[in-house]
Amino acid sequence: MNLGVTLARTAVVAASFAVAAEEPIVVASKNFTEAYILGEAVAQLLESEGFEVDRKIGLGGTKICYDALVEGDVDVYVEYTGTIAEAIKNIDGEPTRQKIAEALAPDGVEMLDGFGFNNTYALAVPRQVAEERGLGKISDLPDHPDLRMAVSHEFLERPDGWPGLQRLYGIEEIPDGIEHALAYEALADGSIDLTDAYSTDGELKRYDLTVLEDDRGFFPTYMAVPLVRTDLDPRARNVLRRVGGTLDDVEMSDLNAAAVFGGRSTESIAASYLVDKGILGTNAEAEVVLPQDSLVARLSRNTGRHLFLVAAAVIPATLVAVGLAFAIFKLPWFSRGAVYIAGLMQTIPSIALLALLIPLVGIGWLPAVIALFLYALLPILRNAVTALTSIEPTLRRVAVAMGLKPAEELRHVFVPLAMPSIVAGVRTAAVICIGTATLAAFIGAGGLGDPIVKGLALNDTRLILEGAIPAASLAVLTELVFEAVERWLVPGHLRSSNTAGTAI
Amino acid sequence: MSAAQDSAVVFRGVGKRFDDWVFRSVDLALPAKRTSAIVGESGCGKTTLLQLVNAVLRPDEGSVEVLGGGVPDTGLEAFRRRIGYAVQGAGLFPHLTLVENVSLLARLERWDGDAVDARVGELFELVGLTRDLDHRYPHELSGGQQHRAGLCRAMMLKPDMLLLDEPFSAIDPITRVDIYGEFEALQGHEQVTTVLVTHDIREARRLADFLVVMGGGGVVQAGAVDEVVSSPASDQVRRLLESGA
Repeated sequence: MNLGVTLARTAVVAASFAVAAEEPIVVASKNFTEAYILGEAVAQLLESEGFEVDRKIGLGGTKICYDALVEGDVDVYVEYTGTIAEAIKNIDGEPTRQKIAEALAPDGVEMLDGFGFNNTYALAVPRQVAEERGLGKISDLPDHPDLRMAVSHEFLERPDGWPGLQRLYGIEEIPDGIEHALAYEALADGSIDLTDAYSTDGELKRYDLTVLEDDRGFFPTYMAVPLVRTDLDPRARNVLRRVGGTLDDVEMSDLNAAAVFGGRSTESIAASYLVDKGILGTNAEAEVVLPQDSLVARLSRNTGRHLFLVAAAVIPATLVAVGLAFAIFKLPWFSRGAVYIAGLMQTIPSIALLALLIPLVGIGWLPAVIALFLYALLPILRNAVTALTSIEPTLRRVAVAMGLKPAEELRHVFVPLAMPSIVAGVRTAAVICIGTATLAAFIGAGGLGDPIVKGLALNDTRLILEGAIPAASLAVLTELVFEAVERWLVPGHLRSSNTAGTAI
Repeated sequence: MSAAQDSAVVFRGVGKRFDDWVFRSVDLALPAKRTSAIVGESGCGKTTLLQLVNAVLRPDEGSVEVLGGGVPDTGLEAFRRRIGYAVQGAGLFPHLTLVENVSLLARLERWDGDAVDARVGELFELVGLTRDLDHRYPHELSGGQQHRAGLCRAMMLKPDMLLLDEPFSAIDPITRVDIYGEFEALQGHEQVTTVLVTHDIREARRLADFLVVMGGGGVVQAGAVDEVVSSPASDQVRRLLESGA
């Protein structure tokens, strides 16, 4: 039975967690190209000095990464000074090193020396559009209300993003939100005219984009700096100081371009950066440490993790939902509340639910499993309750009058009669979870969403497919497995495919 | 009426209400080892009275004595297993085969396989079912076969009493006559006290020894079938008897 394989995998994954418990340094990164490269560089640098590293590269946006650092789920990630001053800490006036350090200290966080380049926000338009309209400065924007603008979701909300820019320059239009990695494609195919960019993005040159001059000096400075927990091993901190002042704007821009257009992996780009700058450690194994796993290894790791997430959510959800369904069946007053609450869970957008769980349980697989569990409850619960309440009253009367004990009644009458619907509900839940689990990569839970998120950030279709195709296949496979389970558990004439009212 | 030694069920001043009283002050004794039929217009409380016997319902006034004792407060399942029960439409479990339906209680009582098989064989022979049907699901059986199976299930544990709630009313008339014969064979073999609820006076006269006529919120007349037929207590009873003449 394929269920056995799933369980065995789950056990293997769970066991590998137990082994990893000897406190490696957790290196995270935000989820765009530059962050991948710098996060990987930090990880390799530490490994080259013999530290054990747990990578959470591409973990998420500012809030997710910073909260994880404060919670102790992450030990180091690369952030930008402007972001710290504006989005994380709200520092008034010029954000000096001193002010930033004071603001971070209460969180148990310390800022190390910056990489040296300034990756500030910029507004980019295709050169052709800029020339046709005579656009050169941000202060020209109010004269072009018909420009089709789309900026990243974070930029749209941040005080140092669109809201502040709008106020200072008197722009009235509100742009649409768009995933940053998709914005350049949208510019190239002419579906938008303007987006926010980072000044070190490799795409600026590649797509022939003009950066509008920030003529009123709105955008703060965004120096890339490693943020570490103050309780990080001092030796590790010293190693990380080596990155200070190693990259200027042009060099960073070239590294980014190498990832997006040069077809090189962020891992190998990070490695050559460390080697070129001569800051790699002396650990003999450093070269071997580079994570160069094959497609097959990545696929099986991601798929295994994905199955673990789904199984760890759906199996407990099945037990809880079926238990609840029987409670509802026996105590009808209980039913409305329980079904409402399960329904409510279903309506919370998955990304929002994942984000809400971070302050409660941190990042990684646990919040993902909890979120998936909540999503799995409703289809199983609803199916089981419908099945139980639609059991013919005569059969219930006979079961009582025959003298079946409550446990026998369950085992021999109610459970088997509800089984086709319960199996159908679990099947729906499993397929929903396989899809939703791809989003779990946004909070560092891994799985098949990992290559998708990374592929989005690197604008790499091959990577996106590396997650999307197995996820879709897994969903189809799950359908097949459940058909087999149904054949095994339910006599032919009672199967959901033959019974009206139980199919979803 | 006093509780004679040979009464299997004794009602003393029994009343039952849901919103309104269904009936009140029922005093009645049903003879042991005989078949009693409860007849009356629909809605007069026949099924309610029957459900007081196996304690699916409890009386709101008065007391019910069954098989020489009061209805127990605990261990109701063991009590109910001494009382077989069959309903209109047979009520077989759709997920169990014929033989699984019939033998369910015996298996729960941990009878050994041979004993189960022997009892199933004995009952099938009495009601005219053949063993090649053993592994069919209810939907693969005819209506008549399902009802025979319902009777066998009720009789599986050799109960002290058999309650039948209009068990033959959904069967076509020709099959019904056959089943009457088989029921009588079963009855003759098992000698079990039977209480039959029916709206069909002909069925009552054919199968029962003792007749209970209900109506107007209570029992109108009760007695041996011949007695009731020869001297109906009221015009209402006379009309009822004539309706099946």
